[in-house]
Amino acid sequence: MTSKKIVLHFPHSLLDQPIVYKLVKDFNLSFNILKAHVTPNEEGVLILELNGDDADYEKGIKYLENSGVKIQPLSQDIVRNEKKCTDCGLCVPICPVGALVVDPQTRKVIFYDDKCIACELCIKVCPTHAMEAHF
Amino acid sequence: MTRTIKEINEKIKSGEVVVVTVEEIIDIVEKQGVEEATRKVDIVTTGTFGPMCSSGAYFNIGSSRPRIKLGGGSCSLNNVPAYCGFAAYDVYIGATSLLEDDPRNQVYPGEFKYGGGHIIEDLVSGKDIKLFGSAYGTDCYPRKKLETLINIKDLNEAVLFNIRNAYQNYNVAVNLSDKIIHTYMGTLKPNLGNANYCSAGQLSPLLKDPNYRTIGIGTRIFLGGGTGYIAWQGTQHNPSIRRKNNGVPASPAGTIATIGDLKNMDAAWLRGVSMLGYGASLAIGIGVPIPIIDEDTCRSVAVKDSDIYTQVIDYSKDYPNNVSHAIQEVNYEQLKSGMIKIKNKDVPTGALSSYSKAREICEILKQWIKNKKFYLSEPVACLPGAKDNYIQKPLKERPFK
Repeated sequence: MTSKKIVLHFPHSLLDQPIVYKLVKDFNLSFNILKAHVTPNEEGVLILELNGDDADYEKGIKYLENSGVKIQPLSQDIVRNEKKCTDCGLCVPICPVGALVVDPQTRKVIFYDDKCIACELCIKVCPTHAMEAHF
Repeated sequence: MTRTIKEINEKIKSGEVVVVTVEEIIDIVEKQGVEEATRKVDIVTTGTFGPMCSSGAYFNIGSSRPRIKLGGGSCSLNNVPAYCGFAAYDVYIGATSLLEDDPRNQVYPGEFKYGGGHIIEDLVSGKDIKLFGSAYGTDCYPRKKLETLINIKDLNEAVLFNIRNAYQNYNVAVNLSDKIIHTYMGTLKPNLGNANYCSAGQLSPLLKDPNYRTIGIGTRIFLGGGTGYIAWQGTQHNPSIRRKNNGVPASPAGTIATIGDLKNMDAAWLRGVSMLGYGASLAIGIGVPIPIIDEDTCRSVAVKDSDIYTQVIDYSKDYPNNVSHAIQEVNYEQLKSGMIKIKNKDVPTGALSSYSKAREICEILKQWIKNKKFYLSEPVACLPGAKDNYIQKPLKERPFK
């Protein structure tokens, strides 16, 4: 089994095609939409948690790539600017998945980017704008 | 035993001084007792780092040719309005001033990406700032318009002057309503979704000298990465509120006004901040050395998070309506554990004040003293205390006649 959180960038030319439907029907994959953003005449961004057999997952990803969809692992997309962060901890109770945690010893805020679902709640809340989205 | 600040300064000079941080004195007192700790330790360093809205900086830009009198006119820095109701070339920028065209909360919640706090951070970082000034013109100051870049290195004086800093204790903010709210205490999720606090707790300067026995007007401090002084009691200074048996106030109490040379400060300790839905501000690092003059000062400085209490306040209704009502009391050990219990619900906590930065300040100040870069000053006057009948009053509104 493979289960990964990925960010899909759809070029304008693909916006009218049922790409995700094909992932389910042809490759037997299941998905959980974490976030979707489509601007007419521009591009679409879809953040998915994608699950399935290893072989099916590989084939599904290949299908996406061949269709012209750009794929990024989610963890690269929300980044903490270490220079800006003051380790206050205001973001900690705002994060719905526990990706931002205070280390009880150092009292610094740890960012677990593998847990992050890119909801972006921390971005607006951060007083020093240390959390950045790189979609 | 007792010791004087003069004796301590002689020990700094001779290199014999024993200076430790708050966390270290807590450990020493726990293991060796107050009497032994008092004998051994001369100074304890305290620190805090958090948003402090009643802060700002003034500076003198130098005289222009031909001359202009900004006083009575107007002035902005990077399009953030500054106050120039002084003489010709003096300007004061407050931490919460906002870009002239900032949409504020018209698109709710506003983001307040740039304001007075950011100007101060940029100025200290050595960045050029756009100054626009306009004046009405006089015979001796004929010019009516001024547009120029300014830089901190060219200013005659650049002084951080904060009229309220380093609150002695602070509220814990929660939201009892069923809608999300955005406050100066951060975003508060509905139905007790989170509890936000803003104090360095056991590291915080005024909590460690609860009756202002050593901290007073003229005390030399760490301010924004440089050296500064306590200028006066801060606005809203309120020493007469309820205290615990250990003398520590159980809600916001004393404050200090601080002053120091901005040119010697460091942007790492002066950070412009944006509070979603609220406004812009300035996060400041402050550190205060506490001389151990007797056993009482040692006992007070060693008070732990578990013995410092504060009040949980509802920011959806009680705070905005200025109703003084606390839901309950909690201590800083509970707050720092990441979860507190309110009305039988587990509520995650968030902090606006950076404990790790406060800890860093304690360490820096300790090194300054050890390396003879920082000597203690004798306060020239005391801050008003609990016995002085000095009370923070609410506004008494009176209609025009």
